Amino acid sequence: MKGMTVVVKTVSSWVKVLIFLFGIYIILFGHLTPGGGFAGGVILASSYVLLMLAFGRDLVEANLPLPVASKLDCLGAFLFAMIGVLGLVFGGVFFVNFLYQKYVPQEPFDLVSGGAIPLSNMAIGLKVGASLFLVIFALTVFRYDFQDGGRKTAVADGAEQQKE
Amino acid sequence: MPYALCFLLFMIGLYCAVVKKNMVKIVLGIMIMEYAVNLFLIMLGYLSGGVAPIINRADYDGQTQAIAAQFLNASVDPLPQALVLTSIVISLGSLALMISICIRTYAKYGTFDITEIRRLRG
Amino acid sequence: MALFYIYILLLFMVIAAIIAVETKDLLSAVICVGAIGFGGSLMFLFLRAPDIAITQIVVEVLGLIILIRATIARDLTFITGDREFFGTVVSVVILLVIVVAGIRVFNTMPEFGVPVFARIPETASQVYISRGLADTGATNVVTSVYLDYRAYDTLGEATVLFTAVIGATAILRSKSRKRLEESEA
Repeated sequence: MKGMTVVVKTVSSWVKVLIFLFGIYIILFGHLTPGGGFAGGVILASSYVLLMLAFGRDLVEANLPLPVASKLDCLGAFLFAMIGVLGLVFGGVFFVNFLYQKYVPQEPFDLVSGGAIPLSNMAIGLKVGASLFLVIFALTVFRYDFQDGGRKTAVADGAEQQKE
Repeated sequence: MPYALCFLLFMIGLYCAVVKKNMVKIVLGIMIMEYAVNLFLIMLGYLSGGVAPIINRADYDGQTQAIAAQFLNASVDPLPQALVLTSIVISLGSLALMISICIRTYAKYGTFDITEIRRLRG
Repeated sequence: MALFYIYILLLFMVIAAIIAVETKDLLSAVICVGAIGFGGSLMFLFLRAPDIAITQIVVEVLGLIILIRATIARDLTFITGDREFFGTVVSVVILLVIVVAGIRVFNTMPEFGVPVFARIPETASQVYISRGLADTGATNVVTSVYLDYRAYDTLGEATVLFTAVIGATAILRSKSRKRLEESEA
């Protein structure tokens, strides 16, 4: 399958930017308005899934290769754990909010407020988005093998193992 | 009583997961149970006539750093919402894991029927 | 008025669940589960939980994509009938026992619309609401709970998601690494 019709391709090439921007907005304003790292990360993943469904697998694989997505996933988890360790170093307790009212001057209702909470939101968003993208990409890869006759060989492999 | 309907939803999911023999149907039953449990937890924290637990600018006094009493008395419970928020994303991850097991089983045996699979094993 | 909408949506979800369980076609069952999810998202909006509503509606879209990817273009989507007789009878009896136990639990349930923290003073939720802004600086109280007061919870969530993704990619890899090296060599 090399993608869908030209209507779907055109519309999704316009909409993908808006979806990605909306995900970034949801992540950045997670401590002021409804939303946060979880919802924003899933929205970021869904923009890439839209590209994958509309244009086929090769374009997405050229834009965001599988090793890069896997490294982003690990980077998000590592950053979130590092925020906890930094709280241990600077505040004395694991996961204490070490930036709040201590190193950065900040007012409530501003974008830069809440100390380490926006940083945690970004790390969580990166982690959730990359890992969900990885799962759906893996499902797609296996389905392509399936259509190229992979199913026949897979079933044949199963039959051979039954005889053994 | 909304709790009773929520319990009915949970029981439908449990029936589907226990009785059906199609693998994808079992996954769907587990998903229905997840929805029911999330809904029940949020319902436990609902205050009738309440507002969402997000502080407005009007409810906050900048000088004394105090929050207005009308928000304190009207806000719904934020604790179950924070628990359910993580639970929803975990349910998506576990759904992907279960579906990948189903696809792999289909590629190996050519069917979703668990009784067929058991007979082939035996 | 909100209670009326809540009843309507719950009835909608129950009907969709019954259709999803009893229909023969697998794709229809998947779409009915999607209807339950979107109804639940609306329910969360009426229950004053906008964070959960946003997350649920986005997760539902991705979950539907995963489920349809699994069920479409498979040959044997029509599997009728239940398991063998004895196992079905035993499971139905266990279900009835759970129903009876659940009906007894309903007597101890609080009234709908009165949360636990409104009746008991000095619970954790009241501390989160009254001191969340002063302690963490985040105006969204839910965010201040799951990223500051209970950040261990989120760390555990990240671990579970990581494990699930590793498991899914390891299961779905079409060739094992050993066989791949043999074919290249």
